[in-house]
Amino acid sequence: MLTLAHFLTLGAILFSLSIAGIFINRKNIIILLMCIELMLLAVNMNFVAFSRFLGNLDGQIFVFFILTVAAAEAGIGLAILVVLFRNRQTINVAELDDLKG
Amino acid sequence: MSLQTTLLLIPLLPLGGAILAGLFRNQVGRVGAHSVTILGVAGSFVLSAWILMQQIEGTLDTVNISVYTWMIADGIRFQVGFLVDHLTSLMMTTVSFVSMLIHIYTIGYMRDDPGYQRFFSYIALFTFSMLMLVMSNNFLQLFFGWEAVGLVSYLLIGFWFKRESAIQANLKAFLVNRVGDFGFLLGIAAVLLTFGTLDYVEVFGQANSAIGQTLSIPGGMEWNILTFICICLFIGAMGKSAQAPLHVWLPDSMEGPTPISALIHAATMVTAGIFMVARMSPLFELSDAALSFVMLIGAFTALSMGLIGIVQNDVKRVIAYSTLSQLGYMTVALGVSAYSAAIFHLMTHAFFKALLFLGAGSVIIAMHHEQDMRYMGGLRKYMPVTWITAWVGTLALIGFPFFSGFYSKDMIIEAVHESQRWGSGIAYFAVVIGVLITAIYSFRLLYLTFHGPEKFEVDADAGHHPPPGKQPAKPKESPLVVTIPLIGLAIPSVLIGYMTIEPILFGGWLTNDGSIFVLEKNDVLAELGHHFHGATAMATHALSTVPFWLMITGFVLATGIWLFRPSLAEMLRNRMPWLYRVLDHKYYFDEFYRKVFVNGAVSLGRNLWNKADAGFIDNGIVNGSARVVGWMAARVRRWQTGFLYDYAFVMIIGLIGILAVWVAMVP
Amino acid sequence: MNSAQLLLAAPEFWVLVMACVIMIVDLFLREERRGIIHMLAMLTVIFAAIITLRGDFLANGLPSASAFNDSFIRDPMGDVLKVFSFVLMGLIYTYSKFYLRNFKMFRADFYTLSLFALLGVMLLISANSMLMMYLGLELISLSVYALVAFNRESGRGSESAMKYFVLGSMASGMLLYGMSMIYGATGSLLIPDIAEAIRVQGSDDILLIFGLVFVVVGIAFKFGVVPFHMWIPDVYEGAPPAVTLFISSVPKLAAFAMAYRFLSSGLGDLHIHWESMLASLAILSIILGNLAAIMQKNIKRMLAYSTISHMGFVLLGLLPGTAFGFGAAMYYVIVYGIMSVAAFAMIILLSSRGVEAETLDDFKGLNQRNPYYAAIMGLVLFSMAGVPPMVGFFAKLMVLKAVVEAGMIWLAVSAVVFAVIGAFYYLRVVKYMYFDEPENETSITAPVDFGAALTLNGIMIIGLGIFSSSLITICMTSFGV
Repeated sequence: MLTLAHFLTLGAILFSLSIAGIFINRKNIIILLMCIELMLLAVNMNFVAFSRFLGNLDGQIFVFFILTVAAAEAGIGLAILVVLFRNRQTINVAELDDLKG
Repeated sequence: MSLQTTLLLIPLLPLGGAILAGLFRNQVGRVGAHSVTILGVAGSFVLSAWILMQQIEGTLDTVNISVYTWMIADGIRFQVGFLVDHLTSLMMTTVSFVSMLIHIYTIGYMRDDPGYQRFFSYIALFTFSMLMLVMSNNFLQLFFGWEAVGLVSYLLIGFWFKRESAIQANLKAFLVNRVGDFGFLLGIAAVLLTFGTLDYVEVFGQANSAIGQTLSIPGGMEWNILTFICICLFIGAMGKSAQAPLHVWLPDSMEGPTPISALIHAATMVTAGIFMVARMSPLFELSDAALSFVMLIGAFTALSMGLIGIVQNDVKRVIAYSTLSQLGYMTVALGVSAYSAAIFHLMTHAFFKALLFLGAGSVIIAMHHEQDMRYMGGLRKYMPVTWITAWVGTLALIGFPFFSGFYSKDMIIEAVHESQRWGSGIAYFAVVIGVLITAIYSFRLLYLTFHGPEKFEVDADAGHHPPPGKQPAKPKESPLVVTIPLIGLAIPSVLIGYMTIEPILFGGWLTNDGSIFVLEKNDVLAELGHHFHGATAMATHALSTVPFWLMITGFVLATGIWLFRPSLAEMLRNRMPWLYRVLDHKYYFDEFYRKVFVNGAVSLGRNLWNKADAGFIDNGIVNGSARVVGWMAARVRRWQTGFLYDYAFVMIIGLIGILAVWVAMVP
Repeated sequence: MNSAQLLLAAPEFWVLVMACVIMIVDLFLREERRGIIHMLAMLTVIFAAIITLRGDFLANGLPSASAFNDSFIRDPMGDVLKVFSFVLMGLIYTYSKFYLRNFKMFRADFYTLSLFALLGVMLLISANSMLMMYLGLELISLSVYALVAFNRESGRGSESAMKYFVLGSMASGMLLYGMSMIYGATGSLLIPDIAEAIRVQGSDDILLIFGLVFVVVGIAFKFGVVPFHMWIPDVYEGAPPAVTLFISSVPKLAAFAMAYRFLSSGLGDLHIHWESMLASLAILSIILGNLAAIMQKNIKRMLAYSTISHMGFVLLGLLPGTAFGFGAAMYYVIVYGIMSVAAFAMIILLSSRGVEAETLDDFKGLNQRNPYYAAIMGLVLFSMAGVPPMVGFFAKLMVLKAVVEAGMIWLAVSAVVFAVIGAFYYLRVVKYMYFDEPENETSITAPVDFGAALTLNGIMIIGLGIFSSSLITICMTSFGV
């Protein structure tokens, strides 16, 4: 039998993975965007699990909103990526250090 | 014109001039700028003098009016108001008179400067702030004026600083003054806490009720509340009136090529601290401990700063250290409850010190901005007016009988002698030895500059900024705009002491109307008054006193060393190199502050800015709390590296930090 | 849901409709008629302010009213913040028009995106449920990400947009994670219901504390306080000043509202926990912000670090959890918005055709180039440094009073110490303006509306200081003090 704790653990693992991915990744910005998606999915997992175990539909509605916003967010992220590539001819994270100090 | 309008006009006229000359400088032009500011300041001088005359004649009583209530919070009124009694009107007149002369003198001195209008705007603004300060009837406005004169002084120091090292020097002045202001603010806060009001009259009225109240300080100490207030306020005065150890900013303010900023810093602004303590006499009188503190700080400053003056070579710096020393005398007078004597010395000093500074300025103009006395000498035949007025100023400064400085300084020494306050023995020693020191450095200045052989060569090719020891042409007397103020100041430097000592010190002019309050047991001046038989008698009597003969000793020593046997000075320096080094480094105050405070602040900022790197993260975090992320930290070298992953990392460290602390706190 | 409730959101509807209208109108406008877009945008914020000020909902004497199943709340605090957002927006549009024209970026998308961001700000100010908060927050963030990359030819602009995007998404992910925890612990998304649930079941639930930490991180990122500040310097430097104007001012007002509603109305019973969290974040920000700013040569980065320390002060006001403290923090955040807008307007003013003013050197000798604008910049700097009688002094005073009343003297003392150190770098700019020779002798001119807006801004800074009680009273009565 799966309990709430199992789902929460899964959510926490996904969340940690995404965070680790953001700062361990030194190469490709696209991987950062994927990590961000993963983070939102971890949150969704939490919301759905809570909603199911509390018997309250609010959480699932929230998930729909998150999915929608995540799509818009990915759209903007990719757009910025395109502009960045056009200006810099690279999407390597390690080369994005013009602004510092 | 109603009285309120008159009083309002006194500070507002210079302010109007400052605004016109500052914001509309292109519209008014150079002539317009100096005309409006001089008119403004002259107007407030005339009105101040008129008020003073009325008070001398007795047709005008003490005025205490509130002009504008700014806000009322928790029952405390914050307002703009004027308290004009004898002390105030005396200060108003002195301040506006000296300011007016500065304005006139500036026309000549700043003639070629591109910042002409701006400079006039600043000095007029300064006059406004200073007048607001002395005319205030409450602590808030006092603080406003206090900060405003500080600000203008900061602007004026900066006016001439164009070098990059200026940031450090400015930072030093800024930090030192903040220490003083912090104490001052703390004192005002304590006043508010104790009395629940900021109005002078109300505070002084309740002062007696605060006797015996204590304030517990973290650490278990109990402080007498009045002592606490007075010492905090006095720390503010130490900053503004440059008392050791907060004096280091004042010599720096002399660095610039003009004696005008020096004059503001020497003759008027620095007296704000002295004035403030005199104004607060009803509070200071109730705390013997605070007065002893005041007296000892003053004595230390008077003696130690005078000694530095002996080894300085820059003509303006000698006068700057002499100012520090004379301010020390005033502070000592405050400390022995001879407030009137302090104000009296303040007034005479304003005249003869302004004279000396303007004289130095005149010399500097003639020497094409050479300020080093080692390359002067023999100037008396080129500039007779400057020479004679400089002699007058010097005689007044050393306290030669019948000159104004004699009356004020001698009275301070007598008052210290008479005082029973704890520590007054040390202070007496300091002020008496100070007379000798004053005579030595004053005559040294005079001889090196005006007498002896010429230590410069005339070389027509030397250019506009000649190298040391060269002059493009023979020095010549300064123009009339410079010499007229010199003569104008020389007259009161001689006469003002003789004329006013009786009413100010012994006639009770300052005490009878309540401007200054002295407890009977502390009233040393009343004691001295029994032996006072007129100014002439005092001067003739002086011939048989210790200070006079010390002064003569100083004169003889200085004459011997610097006029007849210059090699003697060299020999003394070689015999006692340690003493010379200590004095030449001004007791290492500057080095100490620079190392400890300025470098500390700068390097702290620099480290956090760019390279809170290896040291911070490796040692702080790895060996510290979160070993888990150690392997990552090794790869993270810097903070604001510009790398996204590092930014994310810092955020996560923050998150984990908060989680670790607060989730662990929950049982 | 009746129409009266819908009317509560009338300003929001108005801004939404106008944002769409501007988007469409632009399709039919020729290049040289684009001024119309600017007029429309100004009209939008002016009418939004009028609609908000009418305050019909108060007619029945209620202190607040809610709509959309209690997700949306209208109360005096929200109204004040919204009105000031509109005022700031009006100034921002006036300033940025000058910049956009100078740099050939005068396009309608700036106005549409910023109006959507403004809508997000309004929603966040009025949000009374976690869902509404999330939507408002994302609406601001998404619009601003796009705005930061608004100059499509600028490498630095797109770099900073990318950084902001990644960090911002991460922060909202964390905020969401916290929201999910709080939802799990209380079973509701509505702020009042959350408060009720915590009151009933007690506050020592580990899930709640977990959620609180993540929520505080999300809020801290929005404010940009240490250690969630890393995006601020880079974005301030990389984004066009017209956009930085917006980022540095209006969203901070929304962040304040969010912090108040979430932490005080929702998680008020956890005050003991978030008080100390905010205290440590605040003091870190004040220390790091002030010290790092001293070493900056770039004026935008200097202002960025100064923002960090100012936001530390806002947190100081929030953390006592008292009505007076919230009033003081609100006052501070509004005052900061006014000062910050003026400071960035000066950068725009100094940016001559095609070259952006960046370093402190650009301020050298400003007084000789234009004494009037130099005087206004002087006012701004003194106000930021907290010199009386400028308004910035009173903002600091109120916040410190709140902290002292809450008994945290050490916090107040250390804040004052670092604020005093911070005063140095503001005054250094004053020195540059007044004492140094200009590197560029050309005199400075600006269009009439720009000058008028800057004058108004300067008057606000000194006027709100001299008559400080007016705005303070407004802020305090919003919290019933």
